[in-house]
Order: sequence, then structure tokens, then C-alpha cells
Amino acid sequence: MRWCWIAVIVAATTAGEVMQAFAMRRHGEIRDFRPGALGRAIAVLARNRFIVASVAAMAVSFFAYLGLLTIAELSFAVPATAVTYVLETVLARYVLKERVNWLRWAGASLVICGVALVSL
Amino acid sequence: MATESARLRVKTWICAAVVVFSNVFGNFFLKRGMPATLATPLDYLAVLFRPPVALGVLLLIVWLLSRMALLSWADLSYVLPVTAVGYVLVALAGKFLLHEQITVKRWAGIGLIVAGVALVSGGTAPQTKAAR
Repeated sequence: MRWCWIAVIVAATTAGEVMQAFAMRRHGEIRDFRPGALGRAIAVLARNRFIVASVAAMAVSFFAYLGLLTIAELSFAVPATAVTYVLETVLARYVLKERVNWLRWAGASLVICGVALVSL
Repeated sequence: MATESARLRVKTWICAAVVVFSNVFGNFFLKRGMPATLATPLDYLAVLFRPPVALGVLLLIVWLLSRMALLSWADLSYVLPVTAVGYVLVALAGKFLLHEQITVKRWAGIGLIVAGVALVSGGTAPQTKAAR
């Protein structure tokens, strides 16, 4: 049962965050942080289907995480969901076409091991 | 060009700090307000009206929006490892605020995360390609 939750969480988080990164990068750098400008940016982004889909996916992941925590310890949930770092870095390289150099691979690997150690 | 990359780096650090703190405190308040069990789907919605849970949700909305802003210029492969510094903050907050014991294993994990964050944030620029 817990592995079903993990599968849902990992798939939803990865899909949501990659779509979010894709849509935001395509939207372009946010430069104006005054409330009115932020409100207009949010209004534009709320009609972006990638953003809507990403928020929906992250909501699924959020509620699935709550569900997982009712049957599993944090020390199981956190390291098991840290696998999203691997998937998302791979997708950032091949789907988002980011230049992931060896420093980023090394940094992401250290972080994954660290997250596992901190929470196990 | 040097001033442009310096501007982007400072902006990235400020925004990343907002992302990390809103996530850490959002999750903290959420966990404080969570009951032990959620039996029915209705319980999942009802729990959102408890004050600590509502504050947690509000902070997580700030987290979502600041993370979206950050991703509008920074790479996902940069944002992911750098914002993982939140795990370190959670562990340190447990030690200094709640006087929890940090085991050798957890210290090792904290060290690895800090090293990973330093490697990515110190060694690579937040943005490796221009906007599409």
C-alpha cells in the first residue's frame, strides 16, 4: 500500500514540477515584484494550461503525501520521495534541455544521499 | 555582462531564501495541526480549517508562488539541489528550538546536503540558457 502512495507522489511531483519549470521559463523572467504587477502575472499564468496542470499535479502529490503520512513514518516517506530529485534532474537535462554539468550532477547526488541520511 | 550575472545571482539567493523558509515553516505548521488519522475524504477538507493548518497552507501558497518566480529565470537543475538546504534547516530547528538530539548519521546527512548545495550554488550560474 505504501509503495502505491510513493508511486503516485513521485509521478505527480515530477510531472508537476517539470511542467511548472517549463511554463515559467517560457513565460520569462519576473522582474517587477510590486503587488499590482505580481497580480497581473498571476492572472496571466492562471490561464496557462501547463501551470494549471502543474498545480493540479502538485495538489495530487500533496494529498497523497498526507495520505502516506497517516500510514508511514517520516523516516520512510522523506527518503522514498527523494527519488524525485533523480527523475527531475534527468528530465531537466533531456526535456527542458538545461545544461546539467558535472557540478550539478555531483551536487544533486550529494543532496539525495544527504536527504536519505538525515531522515532515515 | 558581469553585473548582469551578479544581479541574477543576488536575486536568485533572495528568492531561494523565501522559497526555503516558506516551505520549512509551511510544513512545520501543517504537521503541528495534523490529526493522527484522516479516515474519510471529507476529513481531508475539514482539516484545512484548523488555524495551524490554514497558516501552513498559506505559507505553502507563498512557497508555490515564490518557486514559480524563481523558476522563471533559474534552471530546475539548479533550484532543486539549492532549495534542499531546507532539510538542513528542519534538522537544525529541531536541535535548537525543540532540543532534539542530532545523531552522527543526521550530521553526516546535513554535511552532504550543505556540500551539494555549495557545489551547485557556488560552482554553477542559476541560468545556463536564455529564455525560450
